[in-house]
Amino acid sequence: MRSITRAGRRPIALAAGLLLVAISAAPALACGGLIGPNGAVNLLRTTTLAGYHDGVEHYVTAFQFAGGGGAFGSLTPLPGVPTSVEKGGDWTLQRLIRETDPPVPEAALFAAASASDRAEVLMQVKIDALDLTVLKGGAEEVGTWATDHGFRLPPDAPEVLDFYAQRSPIFLAAAFDADAAAARGQNIGDGTPVHISIPTDNPWVPLRILSLGKTQNEVVQADVYMLTDQSPAMLPYPDGSNGMTLQHSAPATDQLLSDLHSDRGMDWVPDKGWLTKIRIDAQAPQLSYDLAVDVTGANAPSRVAAGLEMPGASDPAVMAAIRWFAGMSFVGLGIGAVIWLIAKHQIESGLRPA
Amino acid sequence: MRAIGLVLASVGLAVLAAAWTGAPARGGASTRAEIGIHFSHYTPSEIVATAGVPITVTLVNTDPIEHEWLVGDAAFHQRHRTGTEQHHGARPNEVSLAPGESKTTTVVFDAPGEYLYICHLPGHEAYGMVGVLKVLPAS
Repeated sequence: MRSITRAGRRPIALAAGLLLVAISAAPALACGGLIGPNGAVNLLRTTTLAGYHDGVEHYVTAFQFAGGGGAFGSLTPLPGVPTSVEKGGDWTLQRLIRETDPPVPEAALFAAASASDRAEVLMQVKIDALDLTVLKGGAEEVGTWATDHGFRLPPDAPEVLDFYAQRSPIFLAAAFDADAAAARGQNIGDGTPVHISIPTDNPWVPLRILSLGKTQNEVVQADVYMLTDQSPAMLPYPDGSNGMTLQHSAPATDQLLSDLHSDRGMDWVPDKGWLTKIRIDAQAPQLSYDLAVDVTGANAPSRVAAGLEMPGASDPAVMAAIRWFAGMSFVGLGIGAVIWLIAKHQIESGLRPA
Repeated sequence: MRAIGLVLASVGLAVLAAAWTGAPARGGASTRAEIGIHFSHYTPSEIVATAGVPITVTLVNTDPIEHEWLVGDAAFHQRHRTGTEQHHGARPNEVSLAPGESKTTTVVFDAPGEYLYICHLPGHEAYGMVGVLKVLPAS
């Protein structure tokens, strides 16, 4: 992780801005993409904390032990290649949630898989009972990697992985070994926090992954916290009609920033910030987007980062219309040629002496 | 002669254009078919055969996950919805496909009707992995 001194951080923070995001999702495996070979779903709840400051996006995640045995986990799409994956602070997630929701929910987050194959393994880190692997590859490569390592992907995984891989072919796979957790003396509810630092110019928060493996009628519920230098520009805007509701938007308190800053690995948190809370309460099919955030002050969050537009993709409807028009032009040319030939033949016959 | 040639060429061009724009071909029974599996869906989701005439089906799984192609009547699918068989392959109407795998099988149905083909892996049918093999009367 990039180390930034307190004194040097402030002017940068004023110019660049910081994004801090926390997702706490109640359903088991809400952030999960992979289900263990035994079909067990043991994650109680998932929580992610991510931040953006000085060109580096920080994710702080926690994997919560919910009992049982075997291995299970999930995949998390990332906006770039991490420079570090390390043990995160012990209470950052809880402190942030408590800022807006006094009853503190249990924390846990982005879980996932194990070893590798066709996908390129960029980094492997073991933190307590977690095996974390940063992968680079397309949907097929990453999906094959996961499948080869014993996890059963849900049927929507190929399409969802492709959705992310087209924008950023970087994924974090985390395999949680419940047997190892039990052997370590971890109790049910104990979380293992993980902090991932990702240099990127274009931060976004993966939301569609929350619906992975859910059926049409299932609901995705999560809380997203953001901390920026100023009120952030977001896409889609959480207006309530898209499954997201803006619940809090105000300057972050000095106490919150101080508390976050004092946790392990959180010295990148600046002195000033704007706290935003978004509640996600969406039908799974409704959550077809990610959350793009513009922290530059240009008020122009990226449609590509939000997953509303694929990079370099053409509108299928436009392409279909072009094909239809071109095809009909060929048909018209053919008919015109026939008419012209018939007319020409008749004229020549008429001019011919009897 | 030249005029006739031009007319035929024009008509051919028009036919090609119509095909290119996606005009559906007239449906009919086949003895061969290829079914692609992509993003956990079958393409095409309908094939047609003739009663008593074998149809050879090539299944192409381009997904990075396992799929199945099980074709049969309602009772057959009901058994598979609650079945515990991990892998299929002993019977021609029950095919398991590993990630990225292609297989060819030949099936024949003597009775006309509509036989669904479904992937019975958990969640796959609900996600839309359903197609139909229409078996037309022999005459």
